[in-house]
Amino acid sequence: MPVLLRLLFRNLLRHKLRTGLTLCGICVAILSFGLLRTVISAWYAGVEASSANRLITRNCISLIFPLPLSYLERIRGVEGVKNVSYGNWFGGIYIEEKNFFANFAVEPRTYLELYSEYLLPEDQKQVFLRDRRACIVGRKLAKRFDWKVGDLITLRGTIFPGNWEFVLRGIYSGRDSRVDESQFFFHWDYLNESLKKRNSVMADQVGIYILSVTNPELAAETAAKVDRVFKNSYAETLTETEKAFQLGFVALTEAILLVIQLVSFVVIVIIMAVAANSMSMSVRERLGEYAVFKTLGFGGTYLATMILGESLLIAVLGGAGGVLLTFPAANAFLNYLGDYFPVFLVTKQTVFFQGLAALAVGMASAVLPTWRAARVPIIQALGRVG
Amino acid sequence: MEERPAIVELRNLFKSYRRGGQTLPVLRDITLDIREGDFMALMGPSGSGKSTLLNLIAGLDQADSGTIHVAGVDITTLSESELAEWRAVNVGFIFQFYNLIPVLTAFENVELPLILSDLTKKERREHVATALNLVKLEDRMEHYPGQLSGGQQQRVAIARAMATDPAILVADEPTGDLDRTSAEEVLSLMERLSLEAGKTIIMVTHDPRAARKARSMRYLEKGVLASAPEITFSQPA
Repeated sequence: MPVLLRLLFRNLLRHKLRTGLTLCGICVAILSFGLLRTVISAWYAGVEASSANRLITRNCISLIFPLPLSYLERIRGVEGVKNVSYGNWFGGIYIEEKNFFANFAVEPRTYLELYSEYLLPEDQKQVFLRDRRACIVGRKLAKRFDWKVGDLITLRGTIFPGNWEFVLRGIYSGRDSRVDESQFFFHWDYLNESLKKRNSVMADQVGIYILSVTNPELAAETAAKVDRVFKNSYAETLTETEKAFQLGFVALTEAILLVIQLVSFVVIVIIMAVAANSMSMSVRERLGEYAVFKTLGFGGTYLATMILGESLLIAVLGGAGGVLLTFPAANAFLNYLGDYFPVFLVTKQTVFFQGLAALAVGMASAVLPTWRAARVPIIQALGRVG
Repeated sequence: MEERPAIVELRNLFKSYRRGGQTLPVLRDITLDIREGDFMALMGPSGSGKSTLLNLIAGLDQADSGTIHVAGVDITTLSESELAEWRAVNVGFIFQFYNLIPVLTAFENVELPLILSDLTKKERREHVATALNLVKLEDRMEHYPGQLSGGQQQRVAIARAMATDPAILVADEPTGDLDRTSAEEVLSLMERLSLEAGKTIIMVTHDPRAARKARSMRYLEKGVLASAPEITFSQPA
C-alpha cells in the first residue's frame, strides 16, 4: 500500500473518538438527508407512476364539482381518444378515521383496462366484474387489515352517507415497486344505484373521466379537443395529462415540500461545518508534521492530497454508512407511516444525491485546513526562529 | 594539506523579521564559507540568529539581501517550489525534537524523503536498510517513534536525513532533548558521518560538549559572526 494511503488510514485512527464521532455525525446526516429526499420522492410517487398516455378530465371550476355521466359517449367520440373510464372519490372510513386509505368507485372493466399496472389474477378479475358489491384492494392494504378474498368489508361513507358493504373479490399487486398497493376500488354502478334509490342529486354524476389516447405525443391536442366539446356547456371540462393532474395535488403541499427540501440541505450544511471543524482541529495539531513534509521537499499538492484524502475518506466512510442505513430506516419509516406514504422507496437518484452530498462534505471541510497547511511558513510551524 | 572547496558560500547576508510593526534585524552582513566535508558547530546565545542562519542555508527561509550558494546553486534565486525540490535532493535535516511522523514506522519515516525520488520500491528499501544499518537500528525498523527512546528516535531522524545522500546535513540542537549518554551516541554518529562518509554537517548547538565533536566552530552574537573562527578543532586524518 502506498505511504500516502497508509498515512490516511493511520491518521484516521489517531483520535479514535473524534473520528468516530465525526463518522457518526456524517452517517446520521446522510441518513437524514436520504430519508428526507425519500419523503419528497414519496410525495411525487403518484406523479412518477402516472402514464403518458392517460388524460384526466374534470370539471373546470374545481375537482369537487362533478361531471354528468352523459359526457361519457361524447368523450369517447373525440378523435384521438382510445378508451374512457370514470370514477368518484368515495372517501369511506373503515371502522375509524385513523384507518385512512384511498377508496374509489370506478367503472371496473375500463378502469382495469386503463390501469394495466394493477395486476389482478384472471379468476379474481372475472368474479369482481360480475359482482356489483365486489371490491378489490391492493396487496399492502389487504396485509394491513389482514383481509382475505371473500371477506365482508363495511365502509362508513362521508361524502355519501351510510354504511356501505362490500365483498372482497380480489387482491391486486403492482407491476413494479412504484405502483400504489394500498387502494380500494369498487363498482361505480353500486354507488350510483344506491344514490338513485335515494333520489340523490349526486346520482349519474362522475368525479373524473380517465382517458387513454391513441398517440401520447398528441395528448395535449386531444385534451384540447375534449374541452372544446364541452365549451359553453353548464359543466365545462378541464382535461390534462395524468401527470399534471397529480402535480396539482402535490402543488397543494408545495410549502411543506419546500421546507423538507430546505431542512435536508441545512442538515448537510451543518455536517459540513462539523466535519470542517474536526479537520481543522486535526490539521492544527499536525501543522508541525506538515512542516516536516514541506522541509523534506513535499509540495503543496502533496499536502492538499493528504488533507483532502483524509477528509474524503471520513466523508465517504460516514456517507456509505448513512446510505446503507437508509434502506432499513426507510423500511421502518414505511412500517410506521405507510398509511400516509403508500410508496416509500429509496431511489437510485436519492442514493446518488447522498453520495454527492458526502463528497461535498468531504471536499468542503478540507478547503480551509488545506489552505492553512499550505500557507503556513515552515519555520513558523516548526517553531524554529531565533 | 589541500584545502577542500567551499560547498556553502554566504555573501553579505542580511535577515530581519517584522514584529508588531517593528523591524528586528536578526542577521547582519554575514559572509561565510563552509568547506566540503566540514563538521561545523554554530554557537551563540539565544536570539543570536543561529537557527535563522541555519534556516537560510537549508532553504527554509528567504534572506532580505545577500547570496547563498550551496553546491554551486544560488538558492536565493529559487522559487518556493524550486526550493522544495532543491531541499529534497541537497539537504538532510536533523531537528532537536526529532520530528518523526508518529504514525509511520522507523522504516517508513526513513523512506519518506525517498518517495520524491525516482527510485524503485526495491531500491528505496535498500537505501532505507543501509541508512538504518548506519545508525544501528536495523532491528527496530518496524517500531513506531513512540516505541523508541529519544536517542533512538534521533538516530532514526539521522537515518532519514542521510537516506537521500544529501550534499549537506543541517542539525538544529540535535542533542538538546537527549540525556548525556544518548547525546554522546548521536554526536559520535554525526562525527562518523563526517569522518567516514565525508558529509558536510552544520550544527547549531548551545552545548560546548557537542561543539567539541565538530571540527570547526563559528560564533554568532547579535546577528554578527565573530570575526575569526574562535576554535578550530582537529582535522581528520
